[in-house]
Amino acid sequence: MALFVAGALGIMLLVLFFNAAGIFTDYIVQIINISLINVILAVSLNLINGFTGQFSIGHMGFAAVGAYASATMTTLIFKVNPAMPGGYFVFIAALLVGGIVAAGIGLLIGFPSLRLKGDYLAIMTLGFGEIIRTVFNNIDYIGGPRGLLGIPKFSNLFIIFIATMLTVIAIRNLVFSTHGRALLSIRENELASELVGVNTTHYKITAFTIGAFFAGIAGGLQAHLLQIAHPTQYGFLYSILVLIMVYAGGMGSITGSIIAAFALTFLSEGLRTALPGFGDLIHVRIGDEWRMVVYSILLIIIMLFRTEGLMGMREMKLLVPEQEENHGQHA
Amino acid sequence: MDSMLSLEKVTHYFGGLKAVSNFNLELPDGALYGLIGPNGAGKTTIFNLITGIYTPTQGTIKLMNESIIGKKPYQIVHMGVARTFQNLRIFGSLSVLDNIRIARHYTVGKSKHIGNRKHKESAELVHTNLFDSIFRTKNYRKAEKQITDEAKDLLHLIKLDDVIDEQAKSLPYGKLRKLEIARALATHPSVLLLDEPAAGMNPAEIGELMDLIHFIRDNFKITILLI
Repeated sequence: MALFVAGALGIMLLVLFFNAAGIFTDYIVQIINISLINVILAVSLNLINGFTGQFSIGHMGFAAVGAYASATMTTLIFKVNPAMPGGYFVFIAALLVGGIVAAGIGLLIGFPSLRLKGDYLAIMTLGFGEIIRTVFNNIDYIGGPRGLLGIPKFSNLFIIFIATMLTVIAIRNLVFSTHGRALLSIRENELASELVGVNTTHYKITAFTIGAFFAGIAGGLQAHLLQIAHPTQYGFLYSILVLIMVYAGGMGSITGSIIAAFALTFLSEGLRTALPGFGDLIHVRIGDEWRMVVYSILLIIIMLFRTEGLMGMREMKLLVPEQEENHGQHA
Repeated sequence: MDSMLSLEKVTHYFGGLKAVSNFNLELPDGALYGLIGPNGAGKTTIFNLITGIYTPTQGTIKLMNESIIGKKPYQIVHMGVARTFQNLRIFGSLSVLDNIRIARHYTVGKSKHIGNRKHKESAELVHTNLFDSIFRTKNYRKAEKQITDEAKDLLHLIKLDDVIDEQAKSLPYGKLRKLEIARALATHPSVLLLDEPAAGMNPAEIGELMDLIHFIRDNFKITILLI
C-alpha cells in the first residue's frame, strides 16, 4: 500500500514536471484530470455494481447532486475564488458537503429501491438519475436549463489526484475487510449471504451510500474543473459511460476500473486526432464524426475477447493488503 | 431434556396449496434427528420456515423457548440456527477461507451475548465498524486477525485446510458439501439444519459424511436436524 501511494505520488509529480517543462500540454493535463475524475466515478460505481452485485445505472445522478451542492456553496453562497485567502478551505468543505448530500440522497433512494433486484433496480436507478437532472433543470436559483455558470476553477491536478488516491484507498480498504466480504457475499449469493448472518439490506444500502458519496465528490471536482454545472452533463449517457468503464475494466476489480477509466477517456479523446490522420493513410476521408463508431467497435472487441473485463476480478499486487497476499486471490 | 427447537402446529400455505399441515417437532438438546418423507412432502419448506425464509401461516416455532416467528433470516442465524442447502449455495468466486470468514462476519460488532445462545465459544468478540476498516484502525486488525484465525482453525478441524486458498467453485463436489457445512458451523449455531447433505454422493463419500456429522455433533455439541 505504501508502495502504491509512493508510486501514485511519483506519477503525479512527473506529470506536473512534464507540464511545467512543456512536454505535456495543458490539453493533455486536462484529459488526465478528466480521467482521474472518471476513476473516482468508476471505482465508486464498481463498489455498487461489481462488488455488491447491484445493478445501478443512475450514477451520474449522484455526481450531479455533488456538483450542484458544492458549486452552490462556492459560487452562490460564499462567492469565493482561488485567489482569495481561505478559498481552498471553502472548496474542500464544499466538496465534502457535496459528497455528504449525495450520500444522503443515496441513502434515501436506497431504502425503497433495494427491495428490487437486477433489471428492476436498474430501471429504478435510471429513473432516479433522470429525476435529479430534471429537478436541477427547473431550479432557477442554480441556473435552471442554462446551467450554473461562472464556477471558480478550484480543481487542479494536485487536488484531483489526491482525491482520486484517497477514494481508491478508502474503497480498497473497505473491500478487503470483513464488511467488504459481506458485500461480496451478496453478489455471490444473496440468500446464502442472509443465511450466514449478513444483514443484506443494510449492506446494500451501505454500498449505495458510500458509492454515492464518492460520486458526489467526483461531481464537485468536475464542476470546479469545467467551471460549469449543466443538467445535460449528468445525463443517462454519461452514466452508461461510467458503467462501461466498470465492465470493461472488470466487475469487482479496482485496478480494472482505474485502467479502464484512463484508457477509455484517452481513447475517446485520442480518436479525435488520430482518426483523420488514419484516413489520410488509407486515402479515405474519416472525420471526427466516426469517433464514436470506432470507440464502440473497440468496446465490442473488449467484451468479445475479455468478457470478464480487462482485469477480471484480479487486483494489482500493490492494492492487495499484505496479510491477504498469503491467501491467493481475494475476489 | 431441554427442548432446543420446538415447532407446534405449524401450517403453511402457498396461495391455496397447503404445503405443511399441523407439523409438530420437539428437538432435544444435542440430538441428531432425521426428517424423512417423499418428494414434495414439504421437508425443505419446513427448513425454510425454521430459517425465516417463509413465515408460517399458523403455528409457533421456538428456539430455546424464544419465538422466531417474524424474525428476518439473518436474525435467526444470530440466534443460533444455521443451515445448508439442497442445491449448493456457496460463494463460488471467493476463496474457501473467505467463504468461512463471511460466516464469521456477523459476530463482529455484536456484544458477547448474541441472542440467548448456549455456547459462547469465543469469549471476546472484537467490535469493528465501517470506519475501522476504511481507516485500518487497530480494532480492525484485531477483528480481522480473530476472524481469520478462527476460520483457519475451523477449516483445520473439518480437514479442508489443504484447499484454503482455492476458489470455492473449483472444488470437487464432496468438498463443496463439506465447505457448506463448515460455513454453517462458522456462524456458531446451536441448531444445524442439513438439507440432503448426501445428495449426489457416492457410498464412500456418504460414509465420510456420516463420520463428519457425528464428529460435529460430538465436538461442537450442537443439535442437528437433517433431511
